[in-house]
Amino acid sequence: MLGDITLGQYYPGNSPVHRMDPRSKLLLTIAYIVGVFLISNLPGYLLALGFLWIVVRVSGIRFSYLLRGLKPLRFILLFTFILNVLFSQGTTTLLSIAFFRLTREGLENAVYFSLRLVFLVMGTSVLTLTTSPVQLTDALEHLMHPLACFGFPAHELAMMMTIALRFIPTLLEEADKIQKAQMARGADFESGNLLARARAMIPLLVPLFVSSFRRANDLAMAMEARCYRGGEHRTRLRELRYTRLDLYALLCMVAFFVLIIAEGMLLG
Amino acid sequence: MPIAAEGVNYVYMAGSPYETKALDDVNLTIEDGEFVALIGHTGSGKSTLVQHLNGLLAPTSGRVLVDGQDLADKGTDRRAVRFHVGLVFQYPENQLFEETVEKDIAFGPKNLGLPQEEIGRRVREAMQKVALSYEELAQRSVFELSGGQMRRVAIAGVLAMEPKVLVLDEPCAGLDPRGREEILGLIRRLHEESGTTIVMVSHSMDDVANLAERVIVMEHGRIAMDGTPREIFSKGEALRAMGLDVPQAVELAEALRARGIPVPEGAYLPDEVAQAVLSAVGGGQQNAG
Repeated sequence: MLGDITLGQYYPGNSPVHRMDPRSKLLLTIAYIVGVFLISNLPGYLLALGFLWIVVRVSGIRFSYLLRGLKPLRFILLFTFILNVLFSQGTTTLLSIAFFRLTREGLENAVYFSLRLVFLVMGTSVLTLTTSPVQLTDALEHLMHPLACFGFPAHELAMMMTIALRFIPTLLEEADKIQKAQMARGADFESGNLLARARAMIPLLVPLFVSSFRRANDLAMAMEARCYRGGEHRTRLRELRYTRLDLYALLCMVAFFVLIIAEGMLLG
Repeated sequence: MPIAAEGVNYVYMAGSPYETKALDDVNLTIEDGEFVALIGHTGSGKSTLVQHLNGLLAPTSGRVLVDGQDLADKGTDRRAVRFHVGLVFQYPENQLFEETVEKDIAFGPKNLGLPQEEIGRRVREAMQKVALSYEELAQRSVFELSGGQMRRVAIAGVLAMEPKVLVLDEPCAGLDPRGREEILGLIRRLHEESGTTIVMVSHSMDDVANLAERVIVMEHGRIAMDGTPREIFSKGEALRAMGLDVPQAVELAEALRARGIPVPEGAYLPDEVAQAVLSAVGGGQQNAG
């Protein structure tokens, strides 16, 4: 039921990847995504896979756990694959049935594009699995901070994200409880046509809205009672600090880039 | 409509790093007309167990039988079972959603598919049972009521289905003393006058002592003790070791015994201890006379 959804999906641990500064993890993840878009041939993909594999090994996350995260994407992957097979232009025909031509290039494209998607999702999963949501928003706030001089509400945005993330499990739990309570009164959420099902949601949504507003009100009061007044002059409990780990990680990423660029120039 | 649990295990979020075992080999039978209190500290599995009794949760292994029917069977209509085993959740006022008190109480009977007049009769009767005036409150918005009144509307919403077994998860949580008295009085009346089977989760040992005929103590998802209040409350040490309390009367009895005043073993009701005190001061009559 609703409670079974693992959102934010932070996988607690104490690996070097977990201990890295969230800012560098965020930036290096973006760098990896750029890297994945630079590669264009088999050795390049092997390098990207190898790099990902090493990071996953170091982070202590089971590879199977990461693969499970791909499950919701299986249709998008299938779709990407089929579209690329069907609509890629190519010269070497492998198979031809009526209007349909399966070309070597089309097949290659399909495999590469799907792999690229897999790498993207797995790479970003490593970030969200090893970084708690609070650390992640902290990093975002820091990285967006320079924009504040243009009037960009970096702190407010980060605070909103932190609060939203903090309340996702609470609201899910609440929704689960209300749903069960209404089921105990014979509510039926599972059968009927679309309209009947939409109508069946009313007994769930009304109490959920009421309690969300009450919670928001309570939270605002509690924050004000502790003198919250926005980001100005606010110090932090945990200062983010780059350590030697971040330097090593940066060097690894540089090495990865040197390898894929060299490989692209030699073999591409 | 007896309810039986046979070797029930329940695991939350199996296969993830957050996996926890909430129920561990729970066996129990609740007979018709019993008043059972379920006690145990937070996280001992009471609420999880309660949700098994009407099939809202299905055991990871083991069986729950209501009236001899296995709730996990394909042929069992779990929705029908829920009309017979009424479950009042903690803070039930959080589930109110309709525009008026009457409509909210009618939600259950409507789901039962009852005719209009029967729904009307049941709403009136349920409101009367929880001591809310139909004339005054039926057309009011549920969100205008006081906390205690909202609680009673929510309970009325379950009573309107006329369940044979009523399960209440901490029905008095967060109420003021007067609200507590009202809810407890209502539960007692339901049990005594309508013969409804009651299963009540409670943290108040005094409420349990005053009302229950049988007490089940849970710890770490297991049933640690099961017996009459007299049996359970005579084991003060074991209860305290589990982070639980004893009724005030039992505490008083223990303190009296420590000072050499004889109080009969197993006394747990205020009246019993008062009797012991009276006979100890014995001469009381002389003094008075």
